[in-house]
Amino acid sequence: MDYINSITNKHIDILKEVGNIGAGHSATALSMLINKKINMTVPNVEIVSFNELMEWLGGSEVVIASVYLRIKGDVSGSLFFVLSIEQAERFIKQLIADDHFSLINSTEHELGLSAFQELGNILTGSYLSSLSDLTGTNLYPSVPSLSIDMFGAVISHGLIELSHVSDYAIIIDTVIKEEDHFEVDTVKGHFFLLPDPESFKKLFEALGVTDET
Amino acid sequence: MKREPSEIIKVGIADLNVVKSPKLIRTMGLGSCVGVVLFDKVNSIAGLAHIMLPDSSLANKDSLNHAKYADTAIPKLMTKLAEAGARISSLQAKMAGGAQMFQFQSASDTIRIGPRNVEAIKQQLILKNIPLISEEVGGNKGRTIEFDPKTCELMIRTVNQGTKVI
Repeated sequence: MDYINSITNKHIDILKEVGNIGAGHSATALSMLINKKINMTVPNVEIVSFNELMEWLGGSEVVIASVYLRIKGDVSGSLFFVLSIEQAERFIKQLIADDHFSLINSTEHELGLSAFQELGNILTGSYLSSLSDLTGTNLYPSVPSLSIDMFGAVISHGLIELSHVSDYAIIIDTVIKEEDHFEVDTVKGHFFLLPDPESFKKLFEALGVTDET
Repeated sequence: MKREPSEIIKVGIADLNVVKSPKLIRTMGLGSCVGVVLFDKVNSIAGLAHIMLPDSSLANKDSLNHAKYADTAIPKLMTKLAEAGARISSLQAKMAGGAQMFQFQSASDTIRIGPRNVEAIKQQLILKNIPLISEEVGGNKGRTIEFDPKTCELMIRTVNQGTKVI
């Protein structure tokens, strides 16, 4: 709990900037990839209980498409790129130019899944490289991995490291959105960055906040 | 039969609870976590724990959440069951979960957490002399589970493989 108690508003602002820079670069990459304008929201940074996090997207049973990677190096943690099934299918259809693609029965669509994996690789990769540039730290991502399943089952994987020392997580949630699409509720891609507890000190130091209050 | 939501007790992550028939008990979105049910068939009482980690030995003992670890959740659940009127000597167990949600080449401890949770729970059950009646563990899929203390059936729902009962 120590690190959670010492988090101030100033720290939260810094973490928002982390989300901003990371997702900003990813949005640019996505924009170039699908040749459309991509918007992003101001990052939402919150200290949440595990149960609150499980319900973050409206319920732990909500089915989502996600790409996950572990960050190692000076700062460690988990990074998820999460899309609703509809939005993931939209992106994949554009990437592989196939209007019939469906993530349900996805075993028959290796090309589509592979395209989604690649999309995840590019977006998480650009998020991390800009984070690394911003903080001047060395970050080594694992190979990103794909899962299409219940949100709770997926996101709880990012809590394993945290759960050894805490019952709370700090989540940095940044949403990127495709412009010119009107179903506002469904067309969202989330980046979830869940830093490991021991990483916060390093992260704040790297960004010039050294006061221990 | 369709049931009212108020008849279903929900158990969150790293949490546990106990129900008596006709209520049901449910936990959602199990990934590498394991949902373990201990039940007393005669008295129609059941307890469910949503366990995250195998072992509490490295945890901070001051603020220990017993429901989070296999080695502390099972004894805690047994105590709560006894308080609710269950016969400890006739307890039986079922469990589901312990998946590996993401496929990686390296076999680090974090990746193997699901199987380690399963092993740790089995050890506890042997230690406490509770027979494990059935299990649906491993794989790479998320699960939602629901237990009915009356029929002692454990319903397991997954995204791609529908619903099954063990």
